Amino acid sequence: MSTGGDVLDKTPERHLREPWDELRLPEGRAFSYQRAGATFGIWVFIASEVLFFGALFLLYTAMRLEHAADFAVAARETNIVYGTLNTALLLTSGLFAATASQASEQEGCRRLTLGCLTATVLLGLAFMVVKGLEYREDIERHLVPGADFALKAPATQLFFGFYWLSTAIHAIHLSIGIGLVVRLIWKEWRAPGFLFENPQVEVAMLYWGFVDMIWIVLYPMLYLGGRGG
Amino acid sequence: MSGASSDASTLANPRELDLGLPVSYLGDGYSVASWLFTTDHKRIAILYALSITFFFFIGGAAATLVRLELFTPQGDVVGADTYNKLFSLHGIVMVWFFLIPSIPTTMGNFLLPLMIGARDLAFPKLNLISWYLNMAGGLLTLAAVLAGGIDTGWTFYVPYSTVFSNTFVTLAVLGVFVSGFSTIATGVNFIATVHFLRAPGMTWFRLPLFVWSMYTTSLIFVLATPVLALTLVLVIAERTFNLPIFDPARGGDPILFQHLFWFYSHPAVYIMILPAMGVISEVITCYARRRIFGYSFMVYALVAIAVIGFFTWGHHMFTSGMSPFAALVFSFLSFIVAVPSAIKVFNWTATLYRGQIGFESPMLYALGFLGLFTMGGLTGLFLASVPIDVHVQDTYFVVAHFHYIMVGASVSAYFAGLHFWWPKVTGRMYPEGWARFAALLMFFGFNLTFFPQFIAGYLGMPRRYYTYPPEFQVWNVLSSSGAAVLAAAYLMPLGYLTWSLFYGARALNDPWNASGLEWRTTSPPPRQNFFGNPQVLAPPYDYHPEATPPGDESRIAEEGALT
Amino acid sequence: MLDALIPAFLRPESASVQAAKVDAIFIGLLLISSAIVLLVVGLVLTFAIRFRRGSSAKRGEMPSLVSREFEIGWTAATLFIFVFIFWWAASVEIAAFSPPKDAIEIHVVGKQWMWKTQGPSGTREINELHVPVGAPVRLLLTSQDVIHSFYVPAFRLKRDALPYQQTETWFQATRTGTYHLLCTEYCGTDHSRMLGRVIVMEPQDYARWLTRQPERDGLAELGERLFSERGCSGCHNAGSKVHAPALAGIWGQSVPLEGGRMASVDEAYIRDSILQPQRDVVAGYEPIMPSYEGKLSDGEIQALTAYIRHGTDRFDLIGSLDLAPAQNICAPGQTPQDAASNQTLRSPAMVPGAPASGETPQ
Repeated sequence: MSTGGDVLDKTPERHLREPWDELRLPEGRAFSYQRAGATFGIWVFIASEVLFFGALFLLYTAMRLEHAADFAVAARETNIVYGTLNTALLLTSGLFAATASQASEQEGCRRLTLGCLTATVLLGLAFMVVKGLEYREDIERHLVPGADFALKAPATQLFFGFYWLSTAIHAIHLSIGIGLVVRLIWKEWRAPGFLFENPQVEVAMLYWGFVDMIWIVLYPMLYLGGRGG
Repeated sequence: MSGASSDASTLANPRELDLGLPVSYLGDGYSVASWLFTTDHKRIAILYALSITFFFFIGGAAATLVRLELFTPQGDVVGADTYNKLFSLHGIVMVWFFLIPSIPTTMGNFLLPLMIGARDLAFPKLNLISWYLNMAGGLLTLAAVLAGGIDTGWTFYVPYSTVFSNTFVTLAVLGVFVSGFSTIATGVNFIATVHFLRAPGMTWFRLPLFVWSMYTTSLIFVLATPVLALTLVLVIAERTFNLPIFDPARGGDPILFQHLFWFYSHPAVYIMILPAMGVISEVITCYARRRIFGYSFMVYALVAIAVIGFFTWGHHMFTSGMSPFAALVFSFLSFIVAVPSAIKVFNWTATLYRGQIGFESPMLYALGFLGLFTMGGLTGLFLASVPIDVHVQDTYFVVAHFHYIMVGASVSAYFAGLHFWWPKVTGRMYPEGWARFAALLMFFGFNLTFFPQFIAGYLGMPRRYYTYPPEFQVWNVLSSSGAAVLAAAYLMPLGYLTWSLFYGARALNDPWNASGLEWRTTSPPPRQNFFGNPQVLAPPYDYHPEATPPGDESRIAEEGALT
Repeated sequence: MLDALIPAFLRPESASVQAAKVDAIFIGLLLISSAIVLLVVGLVLTFAIRFRRGSSAKRGEMPSLVSREFEIGWTAATLFIFVFIFWWAASVEIAAFSPPKDAIEIHVVGKQWMWKTQGPSGTREINELHVPVGAPVRLLLTSQDVIHSFYVPAFRLKRDALPYQQTETWFQATRTGTYHLLCTEYCGTDHSRMLGRVIVMEPQDYARWLTRQPERDGLAELGERLFSERGCSGCHNAGSKVHAPALAGIWGQSVPLEGGRMASVDEAYIRDSILQPQRDVVAGYEPIMPSYEGKLSDGEIQALTAYIRHGTDRFDLIGSLDLAPAQNICAPGQTPQDAASNQTLRSPAMVPGAPASGETPQ
């Protein structure tokens, strides 16, 4: 599996896709154009996602302003150990993701790229496992809004409604991220050299970073509220 | 499909250059798979055109039944529940599966790369995926209809939609949610395309206004749609998983839903009208043979509408009991957003001055647009005034107002564009006499349908009423008769345009002597869009009214020097 | 006056203080809009004819300086006109904020699909509201189920009734008569039948009408208790998850039955419905009610019948709803500060421009 010189030289050619291949520019320039376009596209998509989660956070803000005391009570019921562990897992995965993105653009860093991508996926999966354990505990403690909800104060159900919804939406986003990274690893495994200078790596890692960021906002909202002081 | 046996090697006009071109995009494969798996923006535009036409007639059929029911004050054609499902179906299908995708996904898809001299959109595969998402959303919504319908109205107001409705709300909401991905993908694609794939010389202030309108529309696509998506997720979660979110019985706030919903749905109105403004700018300049009046003001007006449009949502909620100060702020912003719209109307009018005006059917639609948009915009001022809005909110006055904007203006513009670019898209000419007749009939039918609704609304007839007090009958009879005329007018283009696909005369490359880059290639264009490398040397709308009538000399495409 | 400009059949009835003010703005706006429409259409037609293809009119460029001045000129003019209209409308709106202190207070509860009102001396009405002419009336609105909207076209008055929240508005009628009361927020199947009447009376007639209102007798009170003790309310109350017909206000009405028949609600029908519920099922409902044969005595059935006859509307509902008075809903006349002093604020985040003086979290 050598990433030999002949493979590397053809990088722009192999990664150029329509319509960028018809710009009638030198291949190198067309390719850097394509990379800029792809990165720009994912940034626009992330802007869109920010509005999506922005609306979700607005919902939280409005509900919490209205029911501050109940929200504090409810937030104390979440499991801060699992929450903090997950934050650590996800932040570490972000480090590996960023490294993978940088490494994919360097010559001779194939093993590093692959290794970092694998670490990213494993940490992401670990996050999901921890989340699953936490969900199981929540269900056992009757923290699912409904008839036999554990807490008395009325708006605590609102908090847990938001808890289940936001963590589920985040988990769906993370699963998509895991899928993207697994696809990259699989492609590289099938066709060595695929990752080298491929804009897809940076695009996937930007998305991964965004999902990280969302968790960093969710963590204090769900776990730290009501625990201060 | 669509009888596309045209081959561009025989040019209709021997005077035009035969550049030894490859076959047109229509001739680039005839199998079903060559259409369903295409990444050609032009073919995807055709796919969209077929799907939105399908949804337009579904929504139209529902509207026909609604108008039929309202012919008499009693309920006699359908039952109350069926009526509620019909107007909900009409609203949902027309808003999300016709109006929002209409101009952007058909003309935008087809023309955006052509107008800026690109080979395709920036992400062709994403473009195809977004058509599939749109279809999936549409079919989910139709599945909800077949399963038994949905009766919440297109606004899905809680707690009716989450707790009280016994209909298939989740399925329909899921359909709209899925179509939202399609919208966002299209927006991302257009924005990246305009940023990165403009031909050499095509600077930002040389972009045709249609491209600017697509760009600003895409901004709204990308920034407003996710808020709707989240709101719909919340409705689904509350209905399906019984999570407490908006349910007032469990501490939720139904007004919050309205804020989130209108934060999307008011900009969505501009999604429907901005592309129409783009089309009209292209059509009016071509048939007036004049440069657009105040190009830079037109651009700033588009951007201003898109931006200010994000901050006016509250005027949909004056009666739901918001703070009077908030109401006044929203009222003020709603007046302000009308200013750029007014500028556009004045500039279009001024563009006609000292022109060389021809009255081909696209121009008839465009002039109709001017009148109807002015009416719709000015009645918007009534609704922006809080005391009047309190009176006419949720009455037929509002119904008439937004139909003037969304049907009168947007659909007129859609037909103007459809006729204007039909020769480019299909390579065939349509029968001009029929087209003019349809345009006039549509204008007449539209006004007969919706003008009486202003009066009925001002007199106090609420919307979404299955039965109504008998004193409103005269206005409803007028309106329903107008709807019959309008239905006939909408069916006519379906007939003669289809006819033209098979029997229409072959189109010239530039039948209208228009100036845009899209006319500097064959009709229909080849898969690669252009021969040679388009280069832009001048600002858009290079028309010369002083030239000898009846038209300018034919423009002949020369490689390397276009527009 | 200006409103003579509009022919009578195009003018809605006008019977409140606010109506006259709204009509004045409406006519003003109508004149301005008509002028703009005439200007635009006139110019378009003139240009279209004068500069039609091949006409002999002069062509050629306008000096760019002129076009720029035009552009700035009409932008400024439009802005000025629009801001002027805003100022006019806003000043009317601000002037109408405050209900006079001595206003008659009337509670209004919307439910699918009827309006229930309760006046100051406890008079209860269904789909009707009697008020005296010339006196300010303050309405406190709420809803038992979905969002409704209380609309009296003749008063130019509209306000949404929200579940579990209270909204306010007020009016002062200026002419006696009977006016439409409509629901304008879509609320389900019979939205269009959620109609009522507002009856404006001379003050002495109103006083006489007040004295004629019946007290509810002991039998109905007993029926009300039975209604909840025997579990009727579990299904027939508005908030219930079970889909059962609501009983308020059905006395004397005709109801459609399964199979297209109609039944009129009287003692016999109610008795049958309690004892043989499967026989005459109201159209649109599942036959899920069990028979109460042998479980209720004749006296108890009579009490229930009396309760249904005299109205199942319990206005203490307004108390029992546990309303958190909404603060993003400001009664006309209350400044938000007034409203906030004795109420907890509801989602101040959603009130751009309004001072949020409620408790702030942490």
